[in-house]
Amino acid sequence: MQRRITRILAVASVLGLSLTACGGGGSGGSEAQDAAKSARGPITVWYSNNEQEVAWGKAMVQSWNSAHPDQQVTGQEIPAGKSSEEVIGAAITAGTAPCLVFNTAPSAVGQFQRQGGLVNLASFPDGESYITERSGDVAKQYQSSDGGYYQLPWKSNPVMIFYNKDLFKKAGLDPDNPQLALYDQFLDAARKIKSSGAAKYAINPAPTSEFYQSQFDFIPLYSAESGGKQIVADGKATFNDPAGLAVANFWKTIYAEGLAGKETVQGDAFASKVAAMSIVGPWAVAVYKGKVNWGAVPVPTSTGMPIGDIHTFSDAKNIGLFSACANQGTAWDVLKFATSSEQDSALLTETGQMPIRKDLSATYADYFAKNPSYKEFGELASRTVEVPGGPNTVEMLQTLRDAYTKSVISGQGDLTQTFNEAADKVTSLAGRG
Amino acid sequence: MATSTTAPAAVAPSVREPRSRTRRGVRSNPLGWIFSAPYLVFIALVFAYPLGFAVYMSFHDYFFTAPGVTVPRPFVGLENYTAALTDPAVRQSFVNVAVFLVINVPLTVVLSLVLASLLDRAVHAKAFLRVSFYLPYLTSSVAVVGVWLFLFNGGGIVNRVLGPLAPDPSWLVNERWAMPSIALFVTWKGLGFYILLYLAALQNVAKDLYEAAATDGASRWQSFVNVTIPSLRPATVLVLILAIITGANLFTEPYLLTGGGGPNGASRSPVLVMYQEGIEQGQPGYAAAIGVLLVIGTLVLSYLSNRFAGGRES
Repeated sequence: MQRRITRILAVASVLGLSLTACGGGGSGGSEAQDAAKSARGPITVWYSNNEQEVAWGKAMVQSWNSAHPDQQVTGQEIPAGKSSEEVIGAAITAGTAPCLVFNTAPSAVGQFQRQGGLVNLASFPDGESYITERSGDVAKQYQSSDGGYYQLPWKSNPVMIFYNKDLFKKAGLDPDNPQLALYDQFLDAARKIKSSGAAKYAINPAPTSEFYQSQFDFIPLYSAESGGKQIVADGKATFNDPAGLAVANFWKTIYAEGLAGKETVQGDAFASKVAAMSIVGPWAVAVYKGKVNWGAVPVPTSTGMPIGDIHTFSDAKNIGLFSACANQGTAWDVLKFATSSEQDSALLTETGQMPIRKDLSATYADYFAKNPSYKEFGELASRTVEVPGGPNTVEMLQTLRDAYTKSVISGQGDLTQTFNEAADKVTSLAGRG
Repeated sequence: MATSTTAPAAVAPSVREPRSRTRRGVRSNPLGWIFSAPYLVFIALVFAYPLGFAVYMSFHDYFFTAPGVTVPRPFVGLENYTAALTDPAVRQSFVNVAVFLVINVPLTVVLSLVLASLLDRAVHAKAFLRVSFYLPYLTSSVAVVGVWLFLFNGGGIVNRVLGPLAPDPSWLVNERWAMPSIALFVTWKGLGFYILLYLAALQNVAKDLYEAAATDGASRWQSFVNVTIPSLRPATVLVLILAIITGANLFTEPYLLTGGGGPNGASRSPVLVMYQEGIEQGQPGYAAAIGVLLVIGTLVLSYLSNRFAGGRES
């Protein structure tokens, strides 16, 4: 048996050594990419698998196909996987990525770009002008450090605090004009909800360790408290500044007093009335319609900032054009078609998500007049904050999350020191970018 | 059987034995090799090549790219290994999986051995009991994790039964109890498979041995200790090694049960760290180094299990 194990190890070692000769990428392929940029023909696009976006995607594809019989688009939902980003990353490596993905998370774009999987949209003659004219200043947050655009800013879901009016009433709070703008007011309301037994928790963000969870507890409040800062600015982590520590201490109080749960709640805590509040984007309007008697307010700040000054996390999903696409000319045309004023209107109507357009509220004034529940989301859309760009975004977010779960949710160690250490690591990651 | 009686004839073939045996095998059993070929190719492509490639990746600043993209992937020597061994998160993950194995492996061996022996003697509802034990193994972890979350959360049945003895914070969000809870879950889930292995092995234990023990006046317990356990030694080695290998590859349970290895990394396993570093954070070279360390650790543990539990029979 010993001899057999030795043989197995030897074979494995030989295999490993023999492979040291392989690896590396293939040849450049830039000529092929240049040719593909003007090529036209059939393409495939992927879109998200939620019901409303599938409906919009199908209608958009049908509309394009009826006008372009020689450049047919095949639309399909993103294949199932642990996450869309994992599926797209694997497709890039395998060379099977579609031409367009209408569900590209900004946090993953840096890695896709590093993989050579994305086309720089600014390399199309009208690329940069189209993006900046459509999205205005917000577009800058999506610009790569090399000046290119490897994603088209498409739609955002500016997050707000949803509250259950019935549970607020039960807790003796004013359901039509809840006082939730200041941290102190928010904490008072939360304590009343808990002590009255109106709900088990006042609010229940996911207390788990996944890197993206900070986008739905710390980052929205930090965006507001800091007046619109990203967690990394000019290559340096910012979240350990006074605004970041104020936000972290606010959440620490919430957890320490049991106003939010430290355990995973199965299902939707807000819909099941386990929690009286939730941090969500406009997609929630359709989801909770008829299930919860809800109202919405901006995220709180320590000074009770007026809504007109509030910034929040974007929860954006963008569009990537992938280098595996043979007919990139058609893909660019479809991309512009899918983000035209008409299609953005259709997207807004079908999904309630906010197209990343400058003057959104004015452009679709009729829609917001007919659908007042979306009005504040529309106003917030111009003041959304994105996660930092670059290939190390996920590692930065994981570092922040680890510090947050330890010092805020579990309440262990010195919060300031833990955040400072995390900030140092994030700054070093930003420098590696 | 033909045997050689002269010394030179006895020495010469032994030197060339492996080579000549292989040649003889191919010549005398071509059909056998043809039938084995698909499996050998499968092993080479699906197991050996990825393993070798992982070793290669672990010595480079490697990342995945689109086909045709040229990027530098410099040789970094032992840098990934040094980084992994000095990374507190990686070290903690190895401690976590050690805690898991210390609980899971003995529990698996003892429970499956005892339950298989009892099932082997069961007269009534034998099939029902076998299916009942096997069902969790067949069911996806994703499906049964929900039940365990319900059982072990703060207001769950387990805590209600325990009352004041229930830990605070509750099991899955308690740094001390998260990994033992996962170990218990995995033991319960995999038990049916190991019981099946023992049941199969029990069919090969000669009945004469039990009769002889009974004639000598041995009690049931003495028969179990002196006949059953020694007779099942090869099966026990197999169960040990399989439990160590599957335990070392722990991923789904901490990913789902404790929300990504929480609380504070207390249930983060090396494979979960590999997933986070290699897939989520785009550092497959670093993840491969962690993987190679894990393979080495698993090989050592498997070898020791075989060495000490297998006895001379191996």
